[in-house]
Amino acid sequence: MIDFSDEMLERYSRHILLKEVGVSGQEKILSARVLIIGAGGLGAPAAMYLAAAGVGTIGIADADVVDLSNLQRQIIHSTADVGKAKVLSAQETVNAMNPDVKVVAHRLFVDSSNIAEIISGYDFIVDGTDNFPVKYLINDACVLHKKPFSHAGIIQFKGQTLTYVPGAPCFRCVFPNMPPEGAVPTCRQAGVLGVMGGIIGTIQAAEALKYILGVGELLAGKLLVFDALTMNFRKINVNKAKTCPTCSEGAGIKLIDYAAPVCDLKKH
Amino acid sequence: MSEYDNYIDITAAVCPITFVKVKVALERTDDGKILYIKLNDGEPIQNIPRSLKDEGHKVVKIENNGDGTYGLYVVKNGL
Repeated sequence: MIDFSDEMLERYSRHILLKEVGVSGQEKILSARVLIIGAGGLGAPAAMYLAAAGVGTIGIADADVVDLSNLQRQIIHSTADVGKAKVLSAQETVNAMNPDVKVVAHRLFVDSSNIAEIISGYDFIVDGTDNFPVKYLINDACVLHKKPFSHAGIIQFKGQTLTYVPGAPCFRCVFPNMPPEGAVPTCRQAGVLGVMGGIIGTIQAAEALKYILGVGELLAGKLLVFDALTMNFRKINVNKAKTCPTCSEGAGIKLIDYAAPVCDLKKH
Repeated sequence: MSEYDNYIDITAAVCPITFVKVKVALERTDDGKILYIKLNDGEPIQNIPRSLKDEGHKVVKIENNGDGTYGLYVVKNGL
């Protein structure tokens, strides 16, 4: 048992008071390891709530630097951070929030060559990325290596999220193939209401915490779709696809680096 | 005074740290064993027994110590 100092008891008191968390649940949180891929609109609030919750190790993977246009929604970064590596800016914010949390900064873009090694050190993965090639790669790698993860995507006033745990339907059971280039606008082209990352990214953090605690019902086999204009949340039941290119029997997963649409390529 | 297996004094704590400390003490008490809780009159004596019951613990005895404090004897997971 972790020897909780009075300061820790006070910091986590609102968790410990919950029947579903308690002392042992807070211990689970403090010893948990969560990887957040993408320190952007979704990853920023997810990282901050997980840090506040006391998740012992938070990995943050992102190769980008903070851009002025990020600040409308990526609340882990500040004006003074523009030009700084996102992983460093995020690490500084988390360290200032909670000294109990260790941040592991992975300053890279995940690809088929590095993803297996990166995810292997974590209990749960939060997909906070902004493009389909990496979303499909994260799904395939997590299914292959039996890692639970939270998928999410946001655009304009809409968002969606689904949680994968081994055995449950995966992202490709619902969306088997990458949409063709140009079929779906990216948030760079289409815009996104800043709060969408907060709403959906915070749901991802809640899923990570519920998984760590082993309480409640995850969004496994459920696709949650949210429309901020109408304030409608819809939970759609999804099934495992017999023909799923990733998780069906004998699918034979190969990790592929799909090409990103040209307009999405980052300039450094 | 009756027998108990574990002891916690929460008279120096204020709500809600009072119950947080009780939960830590219960974590260190085995099921069916008795935790003795020393607590203040007022809010603690009004709220702690109810919170214990909500979480499935049985308050078997309440002693008024006559000095503004009480003693609770609680059986862990006794409900």
